[in-house]
Amino acid sequence: MDEKKELLILAIESSCDETAAAVVRNGRDVLSNVIFSQIDLHTVYGGVVPEIASRKHIEKINQVVEEALSRAGVALRRMDAIAVTYGPGLVGALLVGVSFAKALSFATGIPLIGVHHIEGHISANYIENKDLEPPFVCLVASGGHSHLVVVKDYGEYEIIGRTRDDAAGEAFDKVARAIGLGYPGGPKIDKLSREGNPEAIHFPRAKVSENEYDFSFSGLKSAVLNYLNSCQMKGEPVNAADVAASFQKAVIEVLVEHSLHAVQAYGFHKFAIAGGVASNTSLRAAFEAVCRKRQIQFYHPSPVLCTDNAAMIGAAGYYEYLKGVRSGYDLNAVPNLKLGER
Amino acid sequence: MKILALDSSGLVASVAVVEDDCLLAEFTVNYKKTHSQTLLPMLEEVRKVIELDLDSLDAIAVASGPGSFTGLRIGSATVKGLGLALGKPLVEVPTLEGLAYNLYGTDKLVCPLMDARRNQVYTGIYTFVKKGSGWRLETVESQCAVDIRVILEKLNALGREVILLGDGVPVFADRIRELLRVPYSYAAAGRNRQTAASVAALGAVYFAEGRIVSAARHQPEYLRMSQAERERAQGVVLEESWGVKHL
Repeated sequence: MDEKKELLILAIESSCDETAAAVVRNGRDVLSNVIFSQIDLHTVYGGVVPEIASRKHIEKINQVVEEALSRAGVALRRMDAIAVTYGPGLVGALLVGVSFAKALSFATGIPLIGVHHIEGHISANYIENKDLEPPFVCLVASGGHSHLVVVKDYGEYEIIGRTRDDAAGEAFDKVARAIGLGYPGGPKIDKLSREGNPEAIHFPRAKVSENEYDFSFSGLKSAVLNYLNSCQMKGEPVNAADVAASFQKAVIEVLVEHSLHAVQAYGFHKFAIAGGVASNTSLRAAFEAVCRKRQIQFYHPSPVLCTDNAAMIGAAGYYEYLKGVRSGYDLNAVPNLKLGER
Repeated sequence: MKILALDSSGLVASVAVVEDDCLLAEFTVNYKKTHSQTLLPMLEEVRKVIELDLDSLDAIAVASGPGSFTGLRIGSATVKGLGLALGKPLVEVPTLEGLAYNLYGTDKLVCPLMDARRNQVYTGIYTFVKKGSGWRLETVESQCAVDIRVILEKLNALGREVILLGDGVPVFADRIRELLRVPYSYAAAGRNRQTAASVAALGAVYFAEGRIVSAARHQPEYLRMSQAERERAQGVVLEESWGVKHL
């Protein structure tokens, strides 16, 4: 079989509240990246409502995929593979993308590749950092996930740390709601923090005794709630910006400490962040500073590639494709899919 | 005219291909496996067995709802993908019309009942009227989600003999026996659940009438709001600030 110079992948992502499609060339070159965000639909409910998300995916998926193909200027039949997120995520939402992608594959004969959502987030780093290659350590932090991952090779992962309770982004959302900022909490706390004093209130930094790389954010969340309650009881005014800044600092400190610890323990000198929380400006600044000081190469995707998107699924799908991974027509959505498992 | 049809609205997963007045293939499964695992492999099997050239299809028909929300979306996402990839139009066949078509040609009323949980059924009332050398399905009562008692009352008011079918029949057999006062009977196995052959046959009629929709525009008819929307509309307080898990 002769080698093709360019390998085109159509990628589809529908695991939560973004309907997304992208065309990616050779795993790192994004020809199009279309995202329909449903965030406004879910804001009134204070979080993503699975049934509403699934309905919107069905409504939008053709438009989003057609737009991705037309912006890339490449016909569907010229694709070498179709990559789709099949987990983890909301099962009803995942099923829309999976069923749709399977139908495209069936109708065209183009091979299908089921991709792990978190593998996608990690792979988002390959898109803008052409020099990045495994091995490296990656912190994945989003509304649903907080993982410290050793990327041993393309498609080969070892999760060395995970959250024991709330995901980092989840803690952001809950604190944001408690101080009246609403959903989604991450960007809102990030913004308000710039006006606050991060040293104003000392919130606890939780240690998990059994595993030094694990996270726990529910204690911190409760500490914020207790602080707000006690202010209310004493009739003291709450400075929301100070609360936001102090809370954010506590989260970031823990994320930085555990991550750097892992990078040094594994001796890679390369560290990346991924997931929605990775677009937090203070988090990036903190990692940039500490990595510079310790001469660690720091990688991060631009904000549009941090939040859910399909380009990252195309990047991950490319390396799975090269390894010979192909999915059958019985590919199912797996809401609690583990990283590195099929 | 060649129509491919899918029905995954309920517990049954069904795929069929109809060409003119001939059923070329049908694959129907009523088993516990999820539609997401069975539907496409079934379609692949049908394609292989009848050496189906997908480009030779005129349209793709789908049982477009109501039904299980997830089941409907698996069917819809599949036909939307097929429609996009093949450049073919879709035909939406309301699930209850497809069910009623199982009893093509009967002189009795047809009342499909689908269990819709919460003591409700997805239902409608249909009849066949002579048209040329065949029969035309006519709607007496449009498909809706109602309390079982409501539809039984309507049947009593119509006062005509009726055939009941669908997965709601065993669920509500006691209520039917108790409340239905017109002569009635149940459809037999093979005719009493969704079948894609009926969706294809009725889809062919609708296609001939020009009732097509683009793959991009098609979405299921759920007949119900999501629970969150319903509770919000009723003014239910959804959650306390801390109890809810962000998904």
